[in-house]
Amino acid sequence: MKHLALSLALCLMASPLLALEPDEVLDDPKLEERARDISAGLRCLVCRNESIDESNADLARDLRLLVRERLIAGDSNDEVVQFIVDRYGEYVLLNPRVTGSNLVLWLAGPGMLLIGAGIGWAYLRRRGRAEDDQIDPLDEDEAERLREIMKD
Amino acid sequence: MITEFGHFALVLAFFVACVQAVVPLVGAYKRWPGWMAVAEPAANVQFLLTAASFAALTYAFVFSDFSVQLVTINSHTDKPLLYKITGVWGNHEGSMLLWVLIVTLFGAFAAWFGGNLPPTLKARVLSVQAMIGVAFFAFILFTSNPFLRMSVPPFDGQDLNPLLQDPGLAFHPPFLYLGYVGLSMTFSFAVAALIEGRVDAAWGRWVRPYTLAAWIFLTVGIGLGSWWAYYELGWGGFWFWDPVENASFMPWLIAVALLHSAIVVEKRESLKSWTVLLAIIAFGFSMVGAFITRSGVITSVHAFATDPERGVFLLLILAVFMIGALALFAARANVLQAKGVFSLASRESMLVANNVLLAVSALVVFVGTMWPLVSEMAFDRKLSVGAPFFNMAFTPFMVVLGLILPVGAMLPWKRANIGRIIRQLRGAFALAVAVGALTFAMQTGRSALGPVGLFLGAWLVSGAAVDLWGRTGRGKNRLGRLARLPRADWGKSIAHAGLGVTFAGVAGILAWETEDIRVLQMGESLDLSGYTVKLDDVRRIQGPNYTAVQADMVLSRDGREISTLQPEKRNYPVARMPTTEAALDIGFWRDIYVVIGDPQDNGGWAVRTYYKPLANWIWGGSILMAIGGAFSLSDRRYRVAAGARKAAPRASGVPAE
Repeated sequence: MKHLALSLALCLMASPLLALEPDEVLDDPKLEERARDISAGLRCLVCRNESIDESNADLARDLRLLVRERLIAGDSNDEVVQFIVDRYGEYVLLNPRVTGSNLVLWLAGPGMLLIGAGIGWAYLRRRGRAEDDQIDPLDEDEAERLREIMKD
Repeated sequence: MITEFGHFALVLAFFVACVQAVVPLVGAYKRWPGWMAVAEPAANVQFLLTAASFAALTYAFVFSDFSVQLVTINSHTDKPLLYKITGVWGNHEGSMLLWVLIVTLFGAFAAWFGGNLPPTLKARVLSVQAMIGVAFFAFILFTSNPFLRMSVPPFDGQDLNPLLQDPGLAFHPPFLYLGYVGLSMTFSFAVAALIEGRVDAAWGRWVRPYTLAAWIFLTVGIGLGSWWAYYELGWGGFWFWDPVENASFMPWLIAVALLHSAIVVEKRESLKSWTVLLAIIAFGFSMVGAFITRSGVITSVHAFATDPERGVFLLLILAVFMIGALALFAARANVLQAKGVFSLASRESMLVANNVLLAVSALVVFVGTMWPLVSEMAFDRKLSVGAPFFNMAFTPFMVVLGLILPVGAMLPWKRANIGRIIRQLRGAFALAVAVGALTFAMQTGRSALGPVGLFLGAWLVSGAAVDLWGRTGRGKNRLGRLARLPRADWGKSIAHAGLGVTFAGVAGILAWETEDIRVLQMGESLDLSGYTVKLDDVRRIQGPNYTAVQADMVLSRDGREISTLQPEKRNYPVARMPTTEAALDIGFWRDIYVVIGDPQDNGGWAVRTYYKPLANWIWGGSILMAIGGAFSLSDRRYRVAAGARKAAPRASGVPAE
């Protein structure tokens, strides 16, 4: 009985798909490579942070096929991406565009590096110049101790 | 009964932590030895109670007590014993219990080995550590209680997520938590020092072992997770820039920065306030990580508890500790006066550059991780930030870091003669350029990634070797002296070389990986970068709690058979989830990675094969980094730090290297 239930469960379960199926691969290797490049930059919308190239969801498969369809129709890479963005929105792009508010994101790294380097440089200059007044004069006890040591 | 006992122990531990958070702090303020002395036994009791509680939960998992809700949801009688045990932390509630167990473990550690700390500092450290404990005990008891019972226990459980039933992932969380929570110790030290108003060389020396230990554990934990992703997810990706991965990577980067800046505090009494700030931020990032994983605010592959109530609670903990610590920092940082004087060409300056690069790169990862959230809330613009962005924005920092590292590692403290260092490193640099050029010549028409990565790898490894050799001085018997060098010197060179090996591995796999996806009929073979893979047999097999399709694929080269690979496609009927188990032929220069797919309508099987050059260098380098850390940690100068207290005011007199 248990075995029957098990085999039933097995039959009912959809078998897993590989991310990219052999039947999707285009014959033209140049075109296929472009398709892979584009797919790696597009997000699978129903997944959690996977590109359509990595995902085994049905939607990802549909999108992969759509990308290849557009490529065969003669679109350039940018046109294919734009075609998908027009339909699914900016959310599909794993590499956010350098426009509008996204400038903050893109400039965050260089900006922070400049600030960090500036602060670091100022600090180093200060430490370098602090040289002369940094040597604490000996206080009474220390001076006494030094005299003792020097006597020996 | 045992479950209730565990629950009760947890509640008791909560109360002990409350006492430990208040009494020693007051005692340290009023200079009452009796009150300060409460900290030590309290830390021990707190640890023992939490350990008992954890043991009770483990007992429920091992003996499949399905009247406990958590066991029902995450276990099954047929599950192998190993995964029954690791199932304890394979879920939100249990993993929080592990988290808090480690918080108390580190507290107990400070109690056991903190004999050389000044009594007030020790009392304050243990008190702050207990505050962290209080927060997380409350979090567990009020929002994520692992000991809840079912009114009607079922006959069997619902099994653990099959992806977690794997040795790599089974031990990934404990290491990661040891790292995250290890940073709580440096946080406690930083806050205690701010209250105390005193950060000196001795403080730097006390903090460093904890930072180092936390960093080693983080390195191992991240390495294990990445290795697991590599062989388990079915196509050999090793890093996805997923929010949860970033959550572990940011504390790692900050911990590296902290490790290096603590050296400056220890040896030169400079960078004090910066180091304290880093110690606070490092633990802050650990808690951000907990928040990202458990709140569901940011979608991620492995967010495992998505509950707004828990998210708010965690955010509250994060806010209280960060605002509190940073306010304290703002109020007290001015008492931390720098002492050391150094010129621009000195190891201090290079370590400042190291810290700027590491801190900014961690912030870049942070901004990228949080940007989708910010953008949606502030600009109503729903977007994604994925791997392409991080690769572009993060990589340059690592390239620059790799370039300056060997020079910085060899510069003497205070004032250096750069020309001399450059002369010493000339050979290493020439070798690295040669390796890069050779790589460039051998590959045809590909990206610059491979040559640059191999150049950096060779530069770092040979630079580390020159550094180590340079320390043996002149004259005869340099080999003997090499073996007798302090362990910290060995540790430094091994860890730096490890970074180079990892750089080379990442560049190699990204630049020269090849892939083949096709349908193979039985007995048919394919060619993959000079290797031949033949599909020999496919059969059904039965595992303990799964069924699988297993293939025999024969790997050969030039007609000579190398090995038979057996990739599987498993089905876990209880959890209703399929997994792919790739088979690997692991080699020094390359991995061959094969995956069996679905049967096709016209007969034959879908098959994916990958040729992954230098793949193991990624984890080999991580292991080297961890070993280097362990060498440093075992240096006798840290074991005998006991003497540091008496020598505290002059600990800067330790021979500068």
